[in-house]
Amino acid sequence: MSADNMTLTLKIWRQRNATVKGSFETHTIKGVTSHMSFLEMLDVLNEQIIHAKGQPVAFEHDCREGICGTCSLVINGFPHGPQQYTTTCQLHMRHFKDGETITIEPWRSSAFPIVKDLVVNRDSFDRIIQAGGFVSINTGQAQDGNDIAIEKDQANHAMDAATCIGCGACVAACPNASAMLFTGAKVSHLAQLPQGQVEASQRALRMVEQHDAEGFGRCSNITACEAECPKGISVEHIARLNREYIAATVGSTK
Amino acid sequence: MNSWIARFLTSSIGKKVVMSLTGLFLISFLAVHLAGNLQLIGSLDGGQAFNEYAYFMTNNPLIKFTSYGLYAGILLHAIQGILLWRKNIAARGTVRYAVKNDRVASATKSSIYMGSLGTVILIFIIVHMVQFWAQMHFTSNVGDVTYAGAEYAVKDLYTLVKGAYTNIWFVIFYVVSMIFISFHLLHGFESAFQTLGLNHPKWSPLIKTIGRAYAVLVPLGFAIIPILMYIENQQS
Ligand code: HEM
Ligand code: SF4
Ligand code: FES
Repeated sequence: MSADNMTLTLKIWRQRNATVKGSFETHTIKGVTSHMSFLEMLDVLNEQIIHAKGQPVAFEHDCREGICGTCSLVINGFPHGPQQYTTTCQLHMRHFKDGETITIEPWRSSAFPIVKDLVVNRDSFDRIIQAGGFVSINTGQAQDGNDIAIEKDQANHAMDAATCIGCGACVAACPNASAMLFTGAKVSHLAQLPQGQVEASQRALRMVEQHDAEGFGRCSNITACEAECPKGISVEHIARLNREYIAATVGSTK
Repeated sequence: MNSWIARFLTSSIGKKVVMSLTGLFLISFLAVHLAGNLQLIGSLDGGQAFNEYAYFMTNNPLIKFTSYGLYAGILLHAIQGILLWRKNIAARGTVRYAVKNDRVASATKSSIYMGSLGTVILIFIIVHMVQFWAQMHFTSNVGDVTYAGAEYAVKDLYTLVKGAYTNIWFVIFYVVSMIFISFHLLHGFESAFQTLGLNHPKWSPLIKTIGRAYAVLVPLGFAIIPILMYIENQQS
């Protein structure tokens, strides 16, 4: 375990808004303990900056328990930091060494324009969901849990896909800035459940169309997304998306 | 009317399917091409078997027809590949990461360099076609031979190839190009199946094993031909 009184050098991307050029700013932070999360360490840094009458660093966070997908940051070249299967909010300072220099950058993709500093606009993900990542059935009263029988393995696979928190690390990691893992997870999740069948072909066609229109790159099956996804979502779901898309193209009336 | 076809071919998945199918076509071609070319080594009949094979390959109507498909396939794969490559660089945005560590879940990082690997392969294919194919088809540099018992003359492609491999630089160029093809296929082979949606816990491991064996053995098979012919040339 690292020392409990670490001094770190932080190289942080600062950019006032989407239109101006950004650059790196270097800060030294003292008294970092290994128990802090990465975001708590940035909170301490911001206190320090505010005391010195500077502009605090803007970064996103919400739940801080690894479930909402709001936090981001490319840390030393790894989306969500070097620790696999971990969001930035769940990354702890024990993974860093005293005296280390840490480079912190925003997600970089033309479909995720920078809002400020480390904050990017991920509305493009919302628009992909709006294009078809839902089930439009009138549910009426809550059904009995066992009314719709789903085979256990299939339910498991659907749930694996459903763990996607929409953080965008897959796009940040992908050398092509493709969002196929996100789109694949959403399509694959619903395609494997009976409730999702009704709109399955429309969903695949529309979500891929929106993905492409947002200017995300085209998947080359590099699998950097799977390696960096905090939920460990497998590229198997991209294969299922491809199957769904090809089947919808040749098999549906649209 | 046929807007669904246009939609498919212009979608990211459709374009990838075209890359995959043309890539698989090129993969199957390479295996056939290698089987034929292995007749070049240790030739005891002065290249007769190879020349007769080459004559068959250039004159059989079915194979001629397939070869036009092959030229179209290479062009489609190369043009589409370069366009995708450019598109993907643009999607990355104007500001690059200052620090980026590429970590992947699959066994190879060739996937990141498919565009550059492919471009080198394209240059190789052009040089290769000019050197052998164009010389045979469009110039009189290749002499005819009539073998005993044959009713027609065939082009002596064997002598042309043998001559080319007296030059050590050509030998090196061919061998190095094969290394690029090997890396392209190390990712390309299994990727082509993933693109078609063929990912399955039972047979994906098998596809990956066959793909890796293919990506090493086939380029290796091609690479030993110029090396052995160069050695043969030195000895004679
Ligand atoms: C011997 C010749 C070649 C063979 C056998 C071959 C095979 C393949 C295969 C199987 C793939 C995977 C397709 C997929 O992921 O679905 C691929 C991808 C690719 N090839 Fe080739 N290829 C060859 C030559 C070329 C050439 C000349 C270029 C031109 C520049 C090229 C550029 C690319 C690119 C850019 C990709 C990646 C496409 C993507 O996934 O985004 N290849 N190739
Ligand atoms: S697939 Fe993984 S990396 Fe991509 S948005 Fe979902 S949780 Fe984040
Ligand atoms: S802040 Fe919610 S996942 Fe990190």
